[in-house]
Amino acid sequence: MTETLTIGFLPLVDACLPILAHEHGFAADEGLDLQFVRDVSWATVLDRLLYGHTDAAHLVAPLALATTLGRGRPAQKLAVPFVLGLNGNAVTLSSELATRIAEPGALGDPRKVGEALAKVAKARGEAGRRLRFGVVHRYSSHNYMLRYWLSACGIRPDEDVEIVTVAPPFTADALAGGEIDGACVGEPWNSIAVDRGVGVIVLATAQIWRRGVEKVLAMREPVLDERRDATEALIRAMRKAGKHFVDPANWAENARILARPEYCDADAEVIGRAISDKLVLSKGSAPIHYGDFMFQHSEAANFPWVSQAMWLYSQMSRWDHLPYTAADALAAAGVFRPDVYRSALIGTGDPLPGASSKVEGSVAGPLAVGTQQGDITLSANTFFDGKVFDPDRVEAYLAEGG
Amino acid sequence: MRIAIVDESAMRASIMEDGLADLPGCEIFVVSQRNGLLARIAEIEPDVVLMDLGNPSRDVLEEYFAVSRALAKPIAMFVDESDDDAIAASIDAGVSAYVVDGLAAGRIRPLVDVAIKRFNAFARLQTDLDEARGKLAERDTIDKAKRILMNTKGVTEPEAYAELRRKAMSSSRKIVHIAEAVVTAHELMGD
Repeated sequence: MTETLTIGFLPLVDACLPILAHEHGFAADEGLDLQFVRDVSWATVLDRLLYGHTDAAHLVAPLALATTLGRGRPAQKLAVPFVLGLNGNAVTLSSELATRIAEPGALGDPRKVGEALAKVAKARGEAGRRLRFGVVHRYSSHNYMLRYWLSACGIRPDEDVEIVTVAPPFTADALAGGEIDGACVGEPWNSIAVDRGVGVIVLATAQIWRRGVEKVLAMREPVLDERRDATEALIRAMRKAGKHFVDPANWAENARILARPEYCDADAEVIGRAISDKLVLSKGSAPIHYGDFMFQHSEAANFPWVSQAMWLYSQMSRWDHLPYTAADALAAAGVFRPDVYRSALIGTGDPLPGASSKVEGSVAGPLAVGTQQGDITLSANTFFDGKVFDPDRVEAYLAEGG
Repeated sequence: MRIAIVDESAMRASIMEDGLADLPGCEIFVVSQRNGLLARIAEIEPDVVLMDLGNPSRDVLEEYFAVSRALAKPIAMFVDESDDDAIAASIDAGVSAYVVDGLAAGRIRPLVDVAIKRFNAFARLQTDLDEARGKLAERDTIDKAKRILMNTKGVTEPEAYAELRRKAMSSSRKIVHIAEAVVTAHELMGD
């Protein structure tokens, strides 16, 4: 029997796993018929999920937590049984600003670029027109990565610069029109700004946090409970899609699929760059390769580590200027559901971590970790400033200015 | 009441305008340009914003209302879908939004009413929550101060609390302020 699941998404390369699970028949093999609803704003993706227009959604991870905690709207419990990928975003600055702080032709050192940016930000602030950055949503990893980087480089995100919301498809317009001086956004929207000659990519978010959680598959908790079998089938199908996605032999074909009007509606060549970890940093320059740009499959990339949810909660407290509470921390931790991920994949041979939490930022080089089945070697997951995040010490982390 | 209709389609906006036409004492503003949206909204100072669920500017507007709390206003939304379950779900979700089956002038007024009611209910909830959070933080500080007094002066918990209260009453300040002073002094002096 075939069961239908409807999935909401935004036109971004990191919506690839459910799309490719459908296109390559992995979902059908699991007895699923996937239907897709495309939107252009995260608020709409979320509303459709809450109203039952969709059963599951491609969502910025912090928004799943914010919805559960009732930030900005009445609380609704969401559950995340699968992380759609790690990183894949970049910081793009207006061409004018980029020439003043970035090294041409290479991704900069985050510390050096940040320090140069701090000088410009200060001068601009004194001149009465603060630098303005766009992020895709208040509750997005883009916002938190950008703020983390800026503040570690001595820029106070709420005082020294302005951070505003710009929907991904309008980033290039906003840069072109001078509404913003820079943006943190996912692909293909950085590359589109570059190709239009209105921006220069200066950093990949993977340089800020090497293994930072990005989009997740979110469901309403009651829907997950009710449709548990279909959800687990979807998880298996998406893992197969991930394996297909990282194989260089399939890059060109997958880029063509994702480029189609019903998905990203963008140029296949541009999407192909993100898929193959290549970036054209400024208009007309040769592509550079950055191996960790986008992480959709290896090293248990899809496993919903509870410690990642906790890091997001720590940043949510930090930037909403709300005190840490044990109740909120518990609710936030409960959004990520390693139990569902495990029960979907147990017995398939797919590698499964033995633990559900880890100290984020603590792995400096390849490290084999304990598993329930299969082998997993984690590579560096560091934060650029060398800090580590222990999910059991969130309060102390926040007190230290985490 | 001032209502801003945000829609890039002039035709849809005019249907909504019709639906609100008989509302007494109501001023309607139609915003169809994406550029300069926030400035225009600030200028209008609407009591409610009406827009399509799929409007591309929603994140931008919601962020704006979240940041400028003084301007926070209900946003009423609609979709062109006829699905009773979806309507029920949206009401359960309690957001300041409502799903109407098709965009007809007659549906607009109840939509605005529901949006305002939902928004007010949530705003109240939010205020209560902020208050409760504040109280929790206060209790934490008082507990900390009590512990400091108990440790340094060797008094019992009720005695420590009584001392804080006495000092608060004699200096006409709140207990939490005295507790804060104790904690700060203790931090400055080291352990």
